Amino acid sequence: MHFLQIRDLHKSYGSLEILKGVTLDVARHEVVCLIGASGSGKSTLLRCINALEPIDSGTILVNGDQVTGLGVDLNALRRNVGIVFQSYNLFPHMSVLKNITLAPTMVGGVSKEAAEQRALELLEKIGLRNKAGSFPDALSGGQQQRVAIVRAMAMDPQVLLLDEITAALDPELVGDVLEMIRELAVDGLTMLLATHEMGFAREVASQVCFLHQGKILERGTPQQVFENPQEERTQQFLSRVIQAGRL
Amino acid sequence: MSTTNPTTAGDSLQKSSLHAPPPTVTPFTIAAVAVVALTAAVSYYALIWLFAYIYPNGASGLFTALFVALWLAALIPLIPAVQAMGRSQKANALLRSHDVVGARHHAALGREAALTSMGYSAAILVLATLVAFVSTKDGAIASTFLRPAFIAQAFSDVLAAFWVNVRVALGAEVLVLVLGLGIAIMRMLPGRAGRPLRVLAILYTDIFRAIPGIIVLYLVGFGLSLAEVPFFKDLPPIWLAIFALTLTYSAYVAEVYRAGLDSIHRSQWAAARSLGLSYPQALRTVIIPQAVRRVIPPLLNDFIGLQKDTALIGVMGVIDAFTQSRLIGSAVFNLSPVTVVAIIFVVVTIPQSRFVDRMLEKDQARQRSGSS
Repeated sequence: MHFLQIRDLHKSYGSLEILKGVTLDVARHEVVCLIGASGSGKSTLLRCINALEPIDSGTILVNGDQVTGLGVDLNALRRNVGIVFQSYNLFPHMSVLKNITLAPTMVGGVSKEAAEQRALELLEKIGLRNKAGSFPDALSGGQQQRVAIVRAMAMDPQVLLLDEITAALDPELVGDVLEMIRELAVDGLTMLLATHEMGFAREVASQVCFLHQGKILERGTPQQVFENPQEERTQQFLSRVIQAGRL
Repeated sequence: MSTTNPTTAGDSLQKSSLHAPPPTVTPFTIAAVAVVALTAAVSYYALIWLFAYIYPNGASGLFTALFVALWLAALIPLIPAVQAMGRSQKANALLRSHDVVGARHHAALGREAALTSMGYSAAILVLATLVAFVSTKDGAIASTFLRPAFIAQAFSDVLAAFWVNVRVALGAEVLVLVLGLGIAIMRMLPGRAGRPLRVLAILYTDIFRAIPGIIVLYLVGFGLSLAEVPFFKDLPPIWLAIFALTLTYSAYVAEVYRAGLDSIHRSQWAAARSLGLSYPQALRTVIIPQAVRRVIPPLLNDFIGLQKDTALIGVMGVIDAFTQSRLIGSAVFNLSPVTVVAIIFVVVTIPQSRFVDRMLEKDQARQRSGSS
């Protein structure tokens, strides 16, 4: 059974239909990359899985439990499904350490000492332990995004959603962030990421999905999608990406 | 020399030459000298009246020296005006020898000097006018508002009564902070269930911002005891004053809080909720702390308003500083005691503004520098 099952997901903003029936299975330890033009629904899909956006119809199952419909404990769902945003969204009034330990201590039932120790270990791994007392504004974009990833990982999510997490970064800062994701993938974390970094998607993804106008138009291994795309739209999208020098 | 003429708009953009000679500085220098001359005349009379008021028994040597020194000080802006004239002549001379760049340089410095002269002169002119106004008619205005003897006589009694204003202000401020936040949160309760409370919060802010504070004070001060409302009828009047001011100012402060809460970007909500925090948890740890930091300056603005409105509590029979000063003032038939209250309010308010400025600077520096 797949860890994450999405069935015929529909989502509209007013009269604008963003997702027009998305069906997607993600197995445990799988890394699924969502590619596609801006406005194709990648971000919306991720936000729906985390229940940050209410859906119109369809079902989502996490580990066999249906997490859509009325009465679902969304806070419990979100403790298992982490998300990292394009604009980091760190809490600017809290130190790096407080950003990371807030959720584990407040909703995860971890003691302050244990949460801080684990946060410092995670920061150590990415070489930012000396920034534990800093405030987000004092960090570079790349550092902020890595702290945001640590913040999500501090809740030990079973699946991590990444919403174009390098799109707002200067080119020279992208590498560190991608390296971190690469290590998480090696460790076997289940991930679903929307990205414009095609080279990275090709390298880490076990499955690539091409979204076009609210539907998954084509899916397959990176080799299949990048080297032998079947759909005309996929070919057009990829040739534009190549023209822009991004693949 | 080509100049643009806006009345005959053509088809193409008109450009003026970059090598054009500078406009003449002469009007600036004439204006500067004129302003200095006017300042000299006004400050002359201002000083004459002022000294006549201070030293009614006439001139001594010290008197004359001080008079001349002050008058000359008012003429200091003449120095840049004279410099401007020199620059102006130099610019004209250079222009005659076709040194446009040099002429522009000196013309620019001349304009700057002339404007500096006018700026300082104008400020002195305003001050001199005030002095003349206060000391005219042998200091009639000064002796009505600022007679030292009455000020000294009233000071201690008025200051003692000001303690009432301080207690009312502090009491109301604490309650307003709590009640205002409560109303602001009530106004942003989500969903259909929150709707009735949202409407109630809107009604509250609308109504209490509409009613003049002095009327609320009057109604609460006399109405609650007149109607023998339990609990309230036994409260001392100072508590009724606190209660009335809280009613009024909570409405304003709720709006300030609401603006702050609304100004926190949706992404902060998304980040907090995505970590599994509930709505109240996200509100308490992520949204409210950021919102409160942002609204501290407007909050203080409302607090200063509240502090000043404590001068209205006399209508409900409480003897505050203003009431006390009016009592003394009517006894001596002079307004100097009331001036004392005004001065006390100024002295109390200004440090608060500076304090909040410093606090905000510190907080911003802390978030930027990165040390906790």
